[in-house]
Amino acid sequence: MIKHDTIEKNIGLMVLLIIIVISGGGLAEIVPLFFQAQTTKPVEGLRTYSAIELEGRDIYIREGCHVCHTQMIRPFRAETERYGHFSTAGEHVWEHPFLWGSKRTGPDLARVGGRYSDDWHRAHLYNPRDVVPESKMPSYPWLFEDRVTGEDTAKKMSVLRSLGVPYTDDQIATAQDDVAGKYEIEAVVSYLQALGKTHSVYNNKR
Amino acid sequence: MSAFWSAWVTIITLAVIFGCTWLLLRTRKSETFKEETDKTVGHEFDGIAEYDNPLPKWWFQMFLGTVVFGLVYLALYPGLGNFKGLLGWTSTNQWEEEMAHADEVYKPVFAKYATLSVEDLQKPENEAGLKMGQRMFANNCSVCHGTAATGAHGFPNLTDNDWLYGGTPEAITQTILHGRQGAMPAWGAVLGEEGVRDVASYVQTLSGQEADADAAARGKTQFQALCTACHGVDGKGMHALGAPNLTDNIWLYGSSFENITHTIRSGRNGVMPAQKDLLSQDKVQLIAAYVYSLSNK
Repeated sequence: MIKHDTIEKNIGLMVLLIIIVISGGGLAEIVPLFFQAQTTKPVEGLRTYSAIELEGRDIYIREGCHVCHTQMIRPFRAETERYGHFSTAGEHVWEHPFLWGSKRTGPDLARVGGRYSDDWHRAHLYNPRDVVPESKMPSYPWLFEDRVTGEDTAKKMSVLRSLGVPYTDDQIATAQDDVAGKYEIEAVVSYLQALGKTHSVYNNKR
Repeated sequence: MSAFWSAWVTIITLAVIFGCTWLLLRTRKSETFKEETDKTVGHEFDGIAEYDNPLPKWWFQMFLGTVVFGLVYLALYPGLGNFKGLLGWTSTNQWEEEMAHADEVYKPVFAKYATLSVEDLQKPENEAGLKMGQRMFANNCSVCHGTAATGAHGFPNLTDNDWLYGGTPEAITQTILHGRQGAMPAWGAVLGEEGVRDVASYVQTLSGQEADADAAARGKTQFQALCTACHGVDGKGMHALGAPNLTDNIWLYGSSFENITHTIRSGRNGVMPAQKDLLSQDKVQLIAAYVYSLSNK
């Protein structure tokens, strides 16, 4: 007969029971996902980010864009009417780390690619209020002054490759030359224009 | 999900629920201790001792309530591996139902306007259709063109009846569906810095701005050699190419000498993104009607 003071007074037993209880959720909800085709297989025709897009993605992370913008369209009509087809797991298997975000101050960006012109993105990132007077997004003028060196681009690609992203030797070999000296704004805009455009599985017509 | 993983999820989920229930019941004080007592468990720190009373009944029942809720939930919704749940719910079919419902409600409304031409949509009896166009414009177009469609630097004002690619219903619909790609080349290398400034001076005179007369005279020659192919001999532009009228004092990229020299030196390549893969024909029709209405009251 286990009494509660039996557990309270045997710290080892208590630790064991706590571990059993809290691992239940992870074992049932998370572990199986590592072995499901639905969550580990890329959608058909998915391409990797190019070197400049990859650098743009890192600037996106550096500037904390994912804090205010999600990249996760939920399966509700209100969202699919505005942003396009809802996001699926297969689109994100090569994202390390994923940038789904958890809160929207600005709109979702999962399929923002091609929606606005490059010029618009430049004007908007330089000073959002130049094009959207109501906007409370911060300005990012330094993106127009700082340049990408590309020193680490090839290394990043190799690391991603070891995580399962199929970068080719060619892509890695030319990575630095592809990006070196370009302004950061160019990298960010390339990345934004690639969002949702790395495959064409879904029809986003509304 | 394979049978193995389905069993894995099912067994662990149920084991955790029943295990917690078992633990709760086994460590519960026996019924004889139902009443609260002054008895403590026997240890004391800094004068603080611990009573040895059973859990309050409502608290204990809440524990049981969560167990019952969990089991009912797992019976109704998909949670146990491949078991689909008695309701057959999935997030995808919930979305499909929502879409089907919206189709039912809105399709007839769109269908009513889809048969009308942009001109017919201007009639007072179709005001509701224009309102719909306005709302869709606000959702899809205002980010560049502004909530009142008055544009911004580099993004055309749609209310002034001055059109880069034409303001007919057909031209507007074409612009929305297939987008536009501005193609003002950079002349800096051809003209040299002085040539750029001369042509800019001449362009200023076209819309009646003050400019250095000598420079403008020199610029005129250059303009006629290089710019008239698109902007026309009179500088009035050409809708087919999206070349703006330079005589009407309406400026997409600013009218100052600096703005104009920049435009000539580096070119301009404004892009209207094509909407054909984003918006259905019915919606484009109503948006076009709204845009048309802004200049044709």
